[in-house]
Amino acid sequence: MKMVVWGLVVLLLILHQDNWLWDDDRLVFGFMPITLLYHAGISVAAGVTWFLATKFAWPTHLEDSSSSEGGTH
Amino acid sequence: MTQLTIIGCYLGLLLLLGIFSSRLFKGTSKDYMLASNSIGPFLLLMSIFGTTMTAFALVGSTGESFKEGVGVYGLLASSSGIIHSLCFFVLGIKLWSLGQKYGYTTQIQYFRDRFGSDKIGLLLFPILVGLVIPYLLIGVMASGAVINTMTSRVAVPVPSEVAGEAPTLVVKVPGAFKEGTFPEFLEKKADKKGNVTFSAGSNGGLPKELASLIICVVVLVYVFYGGMRGTAWANTFQTIVFMILGMITFYIIAMKLGGQDTLLASLKSASEAIPKHKLIRGAVGEGHEGISKLKFFTYLFVPLSVGMFPHLFQHWLTAKNANSFKLPVIAHPIFIMIVWVPCVLIGAWAASPLFLDNLPPPLQAKLLANPNIVLPVMVNKLATPLLGGFLTAGILAAIMSSLDSQFLCIGTMFTEDIFKHYSKKDSIDDRKTLLIARSFIILVVLVTYTLSLFEPRAVFTLGVWCFSGFSSLFPLVFASLYWKKTTKAGAYACVLAAFGSWLYLFAQSDYAAIREFTVKLPGTDYETMPVATMILCSTVALVVVSLLTKPPEEARLKRFFD
Repeated sequence: MKMVVWGLVVLLLILHQDNWLWDDDRLVFGFMPITLLYHAGISVAAGVTWFLATKFAWPTHLEDSSSSEGGTH
Repeated sequence: MTQLTIIGCYLGLLLLLGIFSSRLFKGTSKDYMLASNSIGPFLLLMSIFGTTMTAFALVGSTGESFKEGVGVYGLLASSSGIIHSLCFFVLGIKLWSLGQKYGYTTQIQYFRDRFGSDKIGLLLFPILVGLVIPYLLIGVMASGAVINTMTSRVAVPVPSEVAGEAPTLVVKVPGAFKEGTFPEFLEKKADKKGNVTFSAGSNGGLPKELASLIICVVVLVYVFYGGMRGTAWANTFQTIVFMILGMITFYIIAMKLGGQDTLLASLKSASEAIPKHKLIRGAVGEGHEGISKLKFFTYLFVPLSVGMFPHLFQHWLTAKNANSFKLPVIAHPIFIMIVWVPCVLIGAWAASPLFLDNLPPPLQAKLLANPNIVLPVMVNKLATPLLGGFLTAGILAAIMSSLDSQFLCIGTMFTEDIFKHYSKKDSIDDRKTLLIARSFIILVVLVTYTLSLFEPRAVFTLGVWCFSGFSSLFPLVFASLYWKKTTKAGAYACVLAAFGSWLYLFAQSDYAAIREFTVKLPGTDYETMPVATMILCSTVALVVVSLLTKPPEEARLKRFFD
């Protein structure tokens, strides 16, 4: 499932490059430029993908990080 | 005067919030700089979002859409939604965990420790501070300009009764202040023809220099007293303010501009008037070249900058636990959409004849020369002074929610990375650290404000170069967390290659004078953003030098890799 989540992130980056809408001036619902609607959809899809990432790819081993051990800085 | 009253009330509220949060202050430097790692999911989401969304989110997005069309959303916003959360996920949580383990407060402390090198801090410090300063200046100058624009007088053209005679300008809304209220050097400025006039100066509004000073003082007060906790609370409050006011502004502008009975009908009426070249990204005739597909793709590298923002690093360290990151990771792209979509639509509407043709020619010219004033001008023209005041508060909220974190961060860096690092360990107790941090913050605010008085207009064109500079250092932070073979020499090579390529390309762009500067792929006409070349240079340098030099010792690697 972890791989699927990372696959979705890569897919999002590919879908972000929407060459097919480059010269499309349609207004969806009569007011929303299709390019804008498409990329707003990308933002929603990103939210969903990151939700899946927190469910299936979360670094659980970092959740109980111990307190300061002191450093050399 | 209505606008000024609302702005005053808003700033007063912020001061109260700062004073209130200071009552929860525990008196330690850790509490001051990192809020004692007590920030939960909601405050972390709001403070991170408020910090990453600068004035550009409201004012710049509208202006860019006015200039380039609705394609700017894909260029700047949806890409950020993916990449920012990616950075929070792959870098933020890990850095938070290491920060908890080894007690870091700043990014430089981490890099010094990770590479076992004191000097890497000295190399990084001026670069990071140098890249944040223009960013701070933009905020300080933009806040002064916004308050001045929104409180100055509004004039409308009235057609002359004599045929062929130019329309005369009649003041529709008087400015907040009469001529003579302030000293002449604050009220009068030279116009393009060199004439020193009131209308070219403050034009009845609060003079920019005074407005910027007030904003600096307000931010300083709540950062000074509240530290990181005050900053997180103020950011949360301000993020809520600019999101809600943005939506209200969108509704009112849509109704006024569309002029129909229902919202949907008004939206349709306003959008139908958008010129074709603002709806697409391709070329439409002469003068509308559009944006190349490769340039659009390489813009994806710009948001990687959040991985190296020192102020964001500090915010990450404030998290109560790793789970606190879940909400910011998920909600960040959605929040970007909520803020950006209305602004981008408003910008495209502003470019339509429905709005542009009803402006006096001088104002039209002003808008075309400086698209960043599109939103304030639209609100001034289409909305009541009450909404104008609220919108100004919203814009200021967006500006201040970034300024506060940056002031606190630079003050913290001076204290921890320079002063404390090079002082005898036992000579500085916690109380002294706190005092030094606060003194440095005052100093940073003073220096920034003084620099802003010289009006270095060029800083506005530096924005994307600052982001690119931070992005070019992304390979450093990423490799330090995920590639065991990264060596100290590789890290130095990465920073030097990033800085060298940035400097070279910056000079090639005639120091940002060529606004549309791109790098063409060798032997082709394909355009790429300069940031792609910078990242390529820093990555190659890091990998090659790391492979050629002695690997880091096992004991050090064990501390950073499970």
